[in-house]
Amino acid sequence: MAKTAATAMPEYTRRQSSWWRRNQARVTPVLFLIPGIVFFSLYVLFPIFQSLAISLYEWDGLSPAIYIGFANYVELLDDEQFYTALWNNVRWLVTFMLALPIGLALALFLNQKVFGIRAVKSMFFFPFVISQAVIGLIFTWFYEPNYGLIAPLLNLVGLEGWAILADEDWATYGIIVAGLYPQIAYCMILYLTGLNNISSDLIEAGRMDGAKGFSMFWNIVLPQLKPATFIAVIVTVIGALRSFDMIAIMTQGGPWGSTNVLAYFMFETALSEYGYRMGYGSAIAAVLFTIMLVYILFFIWRMYLDEKRGL
Amino acid sequence: MFPTPIEKAGPFSRNTYRIALPILLVIWLIPLIGVMMTAMRGAGDISNGNLWGVPSSWEFGNNIWDVFENTPMLQFMLNSVRITIPTTIGAVALSCMTGFTLAAYKFKGNLALFFIFVAGNFIPFQILMIPVRDLTFNMGLYDTVTGLILFHVAFQTGFCTLFMRNFIRALPYELLEAARIDGASEFKIFWKIVLPLTRPAIAALCVLIFTFIWNDYFWATVLIQGQHAMPVTTGLKTLNGQWISAYHLVSAGSLVAALPPVLMFFMMQKHFIAGLTLGASKG
Repeated sequence: MAKTAATAMPEYTRRQSSWWRRNQARVTPVLFLIPGIVFFSLYVLFPIFQSLAISLYEWDGLSPAIYIGFANYVELLDDEQFYTALWNNVRWLVTFMLALPIGLALALFLNQKVFGIRAVKSMFFFPFVISQAVIGLIFTWFYEPNYGLIAPLLNLVGLEGWAILADEDWATYGIIVAGLYPQIAYCMILYLTGLNNISSDLIEAGRMDGAKGFSMFWNIVLPQLKPATFIAVIVTVIGALRSFDMIAIMTQGGPWGSTNVLAYFMFETALSEYGYRMGYGSAIAAVLFTIMLVYILFFIWRMYLDEKRGL
Repeated sequence: MFPTPIEKAGPFSRNTYRIALPILLVIWLIPLIGVMMTAMRGAGDISNGNLWGVPSSWEFGNNIWDVFENTPMLQFMLNSVRITIPTTIGAVALSCMTGFTLAAYKFKGNLALFFIFVAGNFIPFQILMIPVRDLTFNMGLYDTVTGLILFHVAFQTGFCTLFMRNFIRALPYELLEAARIDGASEFKIFWKIVLPLTRPAIAALCVLIFTFIWNDYFWATVLIQGQHAMPVTTGLKTLNGQWISAYHLVSAGSLVAALPPVLMFFMMQKHFIAGLTLGASKG
């Protein structure tokens, strides 16, 4: 008995290992993908569809949800707050784009080889590393009309006591300026890398042909910066539409909802003292998602073309 | 090189550049310089309107001490560490595997799967908020560091997979083929050949994810309520509510909160920038 078991064991393991050896090339990739796919599906993919489903219900998060079809979306169409938020998103999108030309200008200015330039470049990049929450705090207090750092400047130009963040017409721009601070740094670093990879042959050829200054920049340099510009546009658009942290820190959407954007409006509707309207919140999220999907699909489409070219 | 190297320009432009550079740098850093200077003042300077002058007394040490002594700042910092480090390890580990698989194997749906990871990385957080909060509740992990980590790992896997896959794809494919002919198992190829070669990518990802997660504000608001688990970003916001007009403390607290990612950036600068600009340089 004992003997047969002893001889059977290696036979069994050998068979198993040979099954593994025969199939490992097919099994390993699957095993490698499973944890990532499980996590990503559970926390990212399914929730998208769950949110879309919740947007069709009236639900406070506790009592049973009531199916109401598209009523939440219909209500959105009549909600003034929604239009304010949407309009502010547009303002963010447009104004945030300033990060590109300013970032590019900084990159061109810093693209020199003088003593200490590396340190200077990293100092310029600094704001990007710091949390948006911290930048938001800094700027909030910056804008404080009496004790803020801007106070001496306001006095100088005769705008004593102007509280930007309490001014319905200007508060959003005040927040956008704070948001631009790290975003410009990001675009700058993208362009610096882009400038690094510019073909010096083309520059030289351009010089031979008499291209100088702006015409050199426009006709020869800028086209070569296209990949950097593409990434900069994508991250800036996504950044503008995602803007939440700064608004939560600086104004909480106020004064009177005038700095609200979709991202913050959704949060406020679903999870704040104003109530727990999960269904309505999800409908807002769905609108934001749809807007961003346009950019995401554009990005994916570009990647797809690159992949096809690469293969 | 564009623009023309400044050494080749005339002495006038050269000197102008030398003067303009530090001036521009100071202007650019005004917000941060302001915070640093304010962190050195006492409360008296601020109420007297001495915002830009020399502090009447140097209170930097006292302010920092005050922040740590009278607030849960230390707890917040520790929580941030407890959230950030496991997330970084988890997301990088998962994406090494997914990135390798998507880069090294041809199978149906490979590209589609890859694009799903990429797309997930760009979606607005709000579309995930309610279900993720519910899921975390149901797992009994609401208001815990673990609940926040699990979500961060899952979400960051999208970006990390994009990164790792593109990096591994750029490696010479013949290397894998040769190992296969020598009879190496797929796992061995991954462990012995691919992983050592991806070290720079792993380093870049670690620095980036560390910074992203350290600076996260939104998810900490959604998934954490109590001080026992609150990271430094939301913690600082809470403190800001208590420190009404105590700008010297707000500044000192902000400096403390910003320090770890800043140090990380300075120590790992090369990796950080390589990580951020991946994709911007090619194509």
